[in-house]
Amino acid sequence: MPIDNYIFLSLALFCIGIAGVLTRRNAIIIFMCIELMLNAVNLLLIAFSKMHHATAGAVNPDAGINGQIFVFFIMVVAAAEVSVGLAIIAMMYRNTHSVDINFLNRLKH
Amino acid sequence: MSATQFLFWFLSILALFSAIMMVVSKSPVHSVLWLIVVFFAISVHYVLLNAQFLAIVNLIVYAGAIMVLFLFVIMLMNLNAETEPLKNKWLKITGVIGGGALMLVLVAALKDADIRNRIAETNKGEIGLIHNLGMALFKEYVIPFEISSVLFLSAMVGTVVIGKKE
Repeated sequence: MPIDNYIFLSLALFCIGIAGVLTRRNAIIIFMCIELMLNAVNLLLIAFSKMHHATAGAVNPDAGINGQIFVFFIMVVAAAEVSVGLAIIAMMYRNTHSVDINFLNRLKH
Repeated sequence: MSATQFLFWFLSILALFSAIMMVVSKSPVHSVLWLIVVFFAISVHYVLLNAQFLAIVNLIVYAGAIMVLFLFVIMLMNLNAETEPLKNKWLKITGVIGGGALMLVLVAALKDADIRNRIAETNKGEIGLIHNLGMALFKEYVIPFEISSVLFLSAMVGTVVIGKKE
């Protein structure tokens, strides 16, 4: 499979995530869009690691394995990030009784 | 068209459609369910690229744990109602234009890159199997692996501290 198919697929998923962050006002859905962007990057990293393996794999059988380890660590960080982020959203809901991020501008005063 | 190509296009269209449905659907529960469909499609992409360990981890961690956590929070706060006050049409239009402009710039930048004729190998290659990944993880990357356990511990403590009633 040519690499540009994967590049443009990940690009489209990433930009859908960006558009979701910019348009939605619900904090949970914004958070889900961030997860979507992380997954688009993961897909591209794995595609690039397989691309590197296709060319350098004859010389070094482990070529490209670093990209997959990197994806593994991104998943680790994402899991930790989600637990803290959802705790913050739950706390925000307890204080303002809403998850609408427009109410967060009261942090200003 | 070979089976791999057919699967690639089918999964790509499924992932893009589900992502768009996730962004536009009003109810948060529907958004979570569409996002689970996206994660399943991406996991099958990983299987197609022969990254089987990451496909399983993606299913367990993302489609399993994280999405269940999202559903749990949504049910707990009773956010099921389709509440999105302060509807601002211009905000939506500018958001879509912003995302589309970013996509346009990135496509324009990448369409002439000299990486274009390279092939990402599908259905073969050993690096995605759990044996090789485990060897690399516990030989070269053992220190980041241990540090990530400290990260999890601090995330757990942080969640409890933030979440408890003061």
